[in-house]
Amino acid sequence: MIVHNLVLAAAEEVKSPVIPQVAEIIVGLVAFSLLFLLLRAKAVPKFEQAFRERTDAIQGGIERAEAAQQEAASALASYKAQLADAKGEAQKMREEARVEGAAIIEEMRTKAQDEASRITAAARSSIEAERAQAMNSLMNEVGAIATALASKIVGESLDDQVRQSRVVDRFLVDLEGSK
Amino acid sequence: MLTETLLSGEFEPPSAADFQFAPIFGDSILFSKPVFLVALSVILIASFFIISARKAAIVPSRLQFAGEGVYSFVRNSIGQDVIGPEFMRFVPFLFTLFTFVLCNNLFGIIPFLQFPSMSRIGFPIALAVFTYVVYHYVGIKHHGLKKYVKDICFMPGVPKWIYVILTPVEFATYFIVRPATLSLRLFANMFAGHLLLLVFTLGGEHLLASTIFLKILSIFSFGFAVGLSFFEFGIECLQAYIFTLLTALYIAGALADEH
Repeated sequence: MIVHNLVLAAAEEVKSPVIPQVAEIIVGLVAFSLLFLLLRAKAVPKFEQAFRERTDAIQGGIERAEAAQQEAASALASYKAQLADAKGEAQKMREEARVEGAAIIEEMRTKAQDEASRITAAARSSIEAERAQAMNSLMNEVGAIATALASKIVGESLDDQVRQSRVVDRFLVDLEGSK
Repeated sequence: MLTETLLSGEFEPPSAADFQFAPIFGDSILFSKPVFLVALSVILIASFFIISARKAAIVPSRLQFAGEGVYSFVRNSIGQDVIGPEFMRFVPFLFTLFTFVLCNNLFGIIPFLQFPSMSRIGFPIALAVFTYVVYHYVGIKHHGLKKYVKDICFMPGVPKWIYVILTPVEFATYFIVRPATLSLRLFANMFAGHLLLLVFTLGGEHLLASTIFLKILSIFSFGFAVGLSFFEFGIECLQAYIFTLLTALYIAGALADEH
């Protein structure tokens, strides 16, 4: 303080403290303006940006969580629906397979029966044909035999009963022998 | 030699002379301590807030958190609460005002600096000039010059004869008293606070240089100075707040449709 007083005594007289110094007012105006411009350009927008981003982040986070929840719920619903579909599908397929199996068995049976009856019919017709053929050839032979017999009878004396029967017998033996 | 002077000399109480600083070099007041302190405050405030705001991270660092704390205090508690919906365009001004006053006030108790620059009345006057210009400008822009002045001078809804008293009072309030009290309040608080601290520190110094008994008493004097420093801290913050709050109130008043 004493140092101050010494300096001041040398420099200037003491002024009333409420009398402003113009130089200080100007310094105050300039300093404040400078600080104002700096803070307005560099600090305030950044703080506001941080506040805004923070708000966005919190709000966005909540929204994202809600969306995810909704998505999960819809996925669950769709999985459930798909599962139910698959179950129904399997049931249907089993049913179809059963029906198809039955149809196949039925078809096979019909086929086998057809085949059997076809074979039977074929056998029958072949027997018939053979019989007809045999009858045919027999007829021819009987004719020939009868003719031969008749000629033999005619050749012998027809009034002799014994001879008559002998001729017939012989004929029959011949017939048997020729057979 | 100094001790001898103190021992022999009478205690000279601190005075207005202790608020006058000779230039550190040259002979212009522009190179004296208060001006350097103001310049230092601009550098400190600007670098602190620009650096702390630079990253604008969603999850703030400790530094950013500190800067945001001060900023959002001014923005919300002073700007938004007082001015209302249009507050955002005044936030940079209020923010600068608050930090500038606060920092320069706090220089009063920061070791080695130990001088509140706002106890030089030129600086509070400069700030009051800004406030004065801003709130009148805002009022004139919002209402138009004629209606603004008319609303100030002739408050609506008052019996006519009261205007005889009210008009001069209101006019003086808006155009003279407000800026004067704004700057004087800040100046006087800082001046008185610093003077009080000087009384106890210089007094303690004087006692320490005296007899043994007075040396012991000097402890109390220094103790008081320390206690008062905490008290001063409160005053310094409070004055920065009041200056900014009143500025916001004046702006809000100028914007309001009813005076």
